[in-house]
Amino acid sequence: METISSILYYYSQNAAYVWVEFYRHFLMSAYGVLFAAIVAIPVGIFIARYNKLSTWVISLANIIQTIPALAMLAVLMLVMGLGTNTVVFSLFLYSLLPIIKNTYTGIRNVDHALLESGKAMGMTKFQVLWMVELPLAMSVIMAGLRTALVITIGIATIGTFIGAGGLGDIILRGTNVTDGTPIILAGAIPTALMAVIADVVMGWLERNLSPIKKRKGSLKKNIAERAA
Amino acid sequence: MLKFDHVSKVYKGGKRAVHDLNLEIAKGEFICIIGPSGCGKTTTMKMINRLIEPTEGAISINGVDIMKSDPVTLRREIGYVIQQIGLFPHMTIQENISLVLKLLKVPENKRRARARELLSLVDMTPDYLELYPHELSGGQQQRIGVLRALAADQPLILMDEPFGALDPITRESLQEEFKKLQRKLEKTIVFVTHDMDEALKLADRIVIMKDGQIVQCDTPDEILRNPANEFVEEFIGKDRLVQARPNIQTVEQIMSPNPITITGDRSLSEAIQLMKQHRVDSLLVVDEMKILQGVIDVEIIDQKRKKASLVRDVVEAEVFTVDKETLVRDTVRKILKMGMKYVPVVDDKHRLVGIVTRASLVDIVYDSIWGVDELTKIG
Repeated sequence: METISSILYYYSQNAAYVWVEFYRHFLMSAYGVLFAAIVAIPVGIFIARYNKLSTWVISLANIIQTIPALAMLAVLMLVMGLGTNTVVFSLFLYSLLPIIKNTYTGIRNVDHALLESGKAMGMTKFQVLWMVELPLAMSVIMAGLRTALVITIGIATIGTFIGAGGLGDIILRGTNVTDGTPIILAGAIPTALMAVIADVVMGWLERNLSPIKKRKGSLKKNIAERAA
Repeated sequence: MLKFDHVSKVYKGGKRAVHDLNLEIAKGEFICIIGPSGCGKTTTMKMINRLIEPTEGAISINGVDIMKSDPVTLRREIGYVIQQIGLFPHMTIQENISLVLKLLKVPENKRRARARELLSLVDMTPDYLELYPHELSGGQQQRIGVLRALAADQPLILMDEPFGALDPITRESLQEEFKKLQRKLEKTIVFVTHDMDEALKLADRIVIMKDGQIVQCDTPDEILRNPANEFVEEFIGKDRLVQARPNIQTVEQIMSPNPITITGDRSLSEAIQLMKQHRVDSLLVVDEMKILQGVIDVEIIDQKRKKASLVRDVVEAEVFTVDKETLVRDTVRKILKMGMKYVPVVDDKHRLVGIVTRASLVDIVYDSIWGVDELTKIG
């Protein structure tokens, strides 16, 4: 009980500070995923076309994924120096794999019959991509973005070690003082909350972008209208 | 309008799918390409819209070599229907039907009007326009698939086993609907199938292929009467050859002209007496003008005799009928396939003129085995 009241006390004293770090943390993760999406979605589409490249590209992204986050930050820091940009870049690298993989799978899984009928109806290659493949793969691609965002929110926490700020700052402060449990929790809880909310929101987006439109209410209404 | 001139297709690895194919198709003709799997029929069809490009020879549409035109423009001028239907699941029926028009940059309101107009061709209400493909049955989906190929009023339509994945009853009705549609719209159609019944029913000319070459190319009647060789004979099947006896052509010639009928205002006891008298188990119900109203059988009477007294109250109005001009082989197939005991024959005003029963079929088979000559000798 004491801990909870201490946490609340911490929040009441430092509300503005926590909010600033929360926002900063979120922006780092979001930018990382955004830049990764800009690169990874086209790469995913490309390797879906030239299937031979897919093993190479995906293995490379896999290797990046296996590097421990702290090591990655340290190495990047040597090249890029301290600060937010380094963290955003490492988050970018960690987001590549889920997005590339999902884009590749999504595009590859589009029914061949649909591609053939699109082509036979006189769509150009670009139209097939834009009007058939991307809309049908969109929910799978969104699932990749969702995974990437949740991963980056977690990893962004250690950005504090190279002076990037974020909720990791609060946690680090907690570890540096005696009896810092409330402060550690005050940093950890918003981080977890952010990850959960991101997951829920992206999940909702993913379902909404699913190509098969489930609309229970309106379908029933339609049938009822027709019967009447 | 469509001409194959010494066309060959050799795939990578040396497999020869089509070998020196020559074929000329006139405008408005319905051509079925048929053959065992791997005979090159689909390859032949796909070469027309350049989904597959020929290795040798030339294909021309209205005198223009297809290799000289842009493939995208070419494909927009040719309708295409496939077995897997291939409707886009993320687009509404309206968007699916008018997709080619969209590619051709036709304005939205015209596309909508066209989709509506096309739906009415297959007796579907405009309600369907806003639905998604997965909300329709397989038969309805393929109707939309066919409409999509008609959207831009393409003069030439390619169909790759379009009805192959449907259940037999839906397939039958779709074939009939489609044949009517084709006659009305005067499209040139190249239709690939492996179902001989389908080919015989739909085609103006049938192209039978084997190992990438044309074995025979003729009208259905001609193929049935004079199969080019043993392969064709085997492919058509013995029973169909029997059915194709040249001296029996339309249903009118084989039906019994005096079916037992009753009018709707008679009572059920009269009906059952009439059945007993003629030793039959069902009666055709007609009105004063001899227009067919329906049918009753002994089972219906037995079930409903307590509740109703007049024939008109219990008549089963849904009866499968054939027109008297229908070819015998179509009727025979229907009777055998659907397991019907009899089929009423009507004229164009739906007046009852006769009936084809299983007994009439026995006569045909008897004739074809022992011949008419012997019969007359006995007679």
